[in-house]
Amino acid sequence: MLREITIGQYYPVESVIHRLDPRVKILGTIGYLISLFVIKGYLGFIFAALFLGVVTKLSGVPVSYMVRGLRAIVVLVAITAVFNLFFVPGETLFTVFGIRATREGLVMAVLMTVRMVLLILGTSLMTFTTTPGNLTDGLERLMRPLEHIKVPVADIAMMMSIALRFIPILQEETVKIMKAQTARGADFDSGGLIKKVKGLVPLLVPLFVSAFRRADDLALAMEARCYSGAVRRTKMEPLVFDRVDYAGLAIMAVYLAAAIALP
Amino acid sequence: MEHMIETKDVSFEYRQYDDNGNVETVRRAVDHVDLYVKPGQFIAILGHNGSGKSTLAKHLNAILLPTEGTVWIDGKDTADQRKLLEIRRTTGMVFQNPDNQIIGSQVGEDVAFGPENLGRESSWIRRKVEESLRAVGMEKYRNKSPNHLSGGQKQRVAIAGTVAMGSRCIVLDEPTAMLDPVGRREVLDIAHRLNREDHTTVILITHYMEEVIDADYIYVMDHGAIAMEGTPREIFSRVERLQQLRLDVPQVTILAHLLKKAGLDIPDGILRPEELVDRLEELKKG
Amino acid sequence: MSILKLDHVNYIYEAGTAFEHHALTDITVEFGADEFVGIIGHTGSGKSTLIQMCNGLEKPTSGTVLFHGEDIHQKGYDLKSLRCKVGLVFQYPEHQLFAETVRQDAAFGPMNQGLSREEALERASAALALTRLPEELYDCSPFELSGGQKRRAAIAGVLAMEPEILMLDEPTAGLDPKGRDEILDLIAGLRRERSMTVLLVSHSMEDVAKYADRLLVMDDGKLRYHDTTEAVFAHYKELEEMGLRAPALSYVLHSLKEKGWPVGTYASSPEEARDMILGALGK
Repeated sequence: MLREITIGQYYPVESVIHRLDPRVKILGTIGYLISLFVIKGYLGFIFAALFLGVVTKLSGVPVSYMVRGLRAIVVLVAITAVFNLFFVPGETLFTVFGIRATREGLVMAVLMTVRMVLLILGTSLMTFTTTPGNLTDGLERLMRPLEHIKVPVADIAMMMSIALRFIPILQEETVKIMKAQTARGADFDSGGLIKKVKGLVPLLVPLFVSAFRRADDLALAMEARCYSGAVRRTKMEPLVFDRVDYAGLAIMAVYLAAAIALP
Repeated sequence: MEHMIETKDVSFEYRQYDDNGNVETVRRAVDHVDLYVKPGQFIAILGHNGSGKSTLAKHLNAILLPTEGTVWIDGKDTADQRKLLEIRRTTGMVFQNPDNQIIGSQVGEDVAFGPENLGRESSWIRRKVEESLRAVGMEKYRNKSPNHLSGGQKQRVAIAGTVAMGSRCIVLDEPTAMLDPVGRREVLDIAHRLNREDHTTVILITHYMEEVIDADYIYVMDHGAIAMEGTPREIFSRVERLQQLRLDVPQVTILAHLLKKAGLDIPDGILRPEELVDRLEELKKG
Repeated sequence: MSILKLDHVNYIYEAGTAFEHHALTDITVEFGADEFVGIIGHTGSGKSTLIQMCNGLEKPTSGTVLFHGEDIHQKGYDLKSLRCKVGLVFQYPEHQLFAETVRQDAAFGPMNQGLSREEALERASAALALTRLPEELYDCSPFELSGGQKRRAAIAGVLAMEPEILMLDEPTAGLDPKGRDEILDLIAGLRRERSMTVLLVSHSMEDVAKYADRLLVMDDGKLRYHDTTEAVFAHYKELEEMGLRAPALSYVLHSLKEKGWPVGTYASSPEEARDMILGALGK
């Protein structure tokens, strides 16, 4: 189950998209998300999908790998689609158990589905092509102006990168504890909601205990390695903006303008 | 010669307070320890779980400060706050759990963590990372995720992280306790290589006796105090005392000891199987 | 008589992808009543997967697992009660402790078996007594115990289900020599007193050698050796190539034998080796 979640897993290949400055990719992704919400008609979505297709092609990430990330949200997308189909008022298409599906609802359902799929694919393309370290570096630099209003940006970035590092470890640990409790006859799948939630205690308590233990160890290890707050640190690979990055930003701007302009 | 590490009469107490802030219980984890380590030495600290060896280790780079006594690292008192970073840079630490000390999401990034904390320029950091990854034989894994490495490889990355800071002394706090025999071998080989080739001072803390036979000098801890000290041969020749201290005396050493007790002319403190075989051959030939 | 049988079991992870990995290849092995079997192999050799096959936590890609002659993956088979009969103590089992008291934690298994609260707590107390955990600790929080005590409490959690087969994955990992000997003696005692079948997974041959009737040696998902301890240790050079360190005593005895000494090649303790050597010297 947990193995299938591919959102956020860096895909290590060489490409122009991988080499882009993370700030360009973060801003680009935000721009792309904005475009998805301002686009009005089919034409716009076709344009957005084509644009994503081209960037994906450039990134060298296989389409099948991208699509795997969608599995996690299939249910959410399906529910949204059904809601739209049945609850948007308009001209009746057919009825199920007395509930009317409408033509307008169908249009909305299709558009919503396309929007959500593009949204997930767009964001995951960013995480597939940017290492977690780079991503936090980029965020840190983008948020730096917030330091003026006393936001501890460097510390937040450090926390983020540690969280990213430990997610896979805790995932693995979850599987291990689940197996250990299953071996003691625990059942995580059956029963009603209350029984299921109660059944999670034997999983969650050990998981928290372990997370705290790891946090303790990690704090010690960081201290031993001369960490004394994130502020005075330097970077092995400081971010530099070059021509390709400016070009990337420019392309994004043109794309966004076009998406807004399209009918 | 100046000592790399010197501890004089060091004690450390864990104190537990009750609700009113009064001291409820005091547990003395380190008890009047004197330790002398010269630059370039390979020192082992042996002891069972709870003997105080890990608490002592944490004094060697100022993670803990002694309740009594003084610790000097390269001539600097660890209680001197102004020297803190310099001390932590001088003695790098590697801990037991390989997963819980890797901070970066890529091997190279992790090794860079220490140097980045020192506030040095990028080119210096890059060079240091490259050099130290080579020193532990992990240069091919620079861009790999640490999650796909074996336990032994992760510990080698942790060692590289201390080397990259320019540590002249590495304290390995039970680095092999969670590893399999192959991983154990890897870590020990690297520690010995750094000691031999770069004259890095190594303090190896462990409860596995067979890991310490190549050390220059051994301290054995029990109840927070130094219970025995000496060269491996001196230490290994006192089989009964070691067993009392809940240590796992290698079977070859026990066998040699038993044969000696049975009247054979075998020297004390046999460390390796080959030694025993050779001596028995000599005896047989008369 | 065989209780548990693995019949031509294969297990392939992520078949058909780039990550495809043969974790187990054509394993056929049987475990009978009142046996102590050691399973050794380096990390990733498949030894942990092998025991997870035995209680149905992993399902073979092909081949069958039979418990008392019945296929455990046939439709309608009660896997939950199988897991109570084939108890598995995971590596670092203390990491699974969760309840408010040690006794309640040990009662988790029996409760899942469907026993009443009283019965389950009774079973828990009995199991804790077997592990020789001091009684005053039964009502403490498991998180207050020392490392060695936690491990005993966790083992009690599996014993409380009263399994026919007890499987332990690296039960001595991270313990010091005394803690290790205590756990191993506990396991040996259980086997003696309860005539339980024990499968002990380890990468330390010295640990296993003292107790096991026979050894399975796993390497790269394959069963490389399956024989008495003595016969397996005769392959000490091959074992070393597999990343397993043969006991030093075997090394000494083999070297002596090669040099023409009239000694055996296997001793389960230094005393036995001493007597062989003294005998060979005519003393």
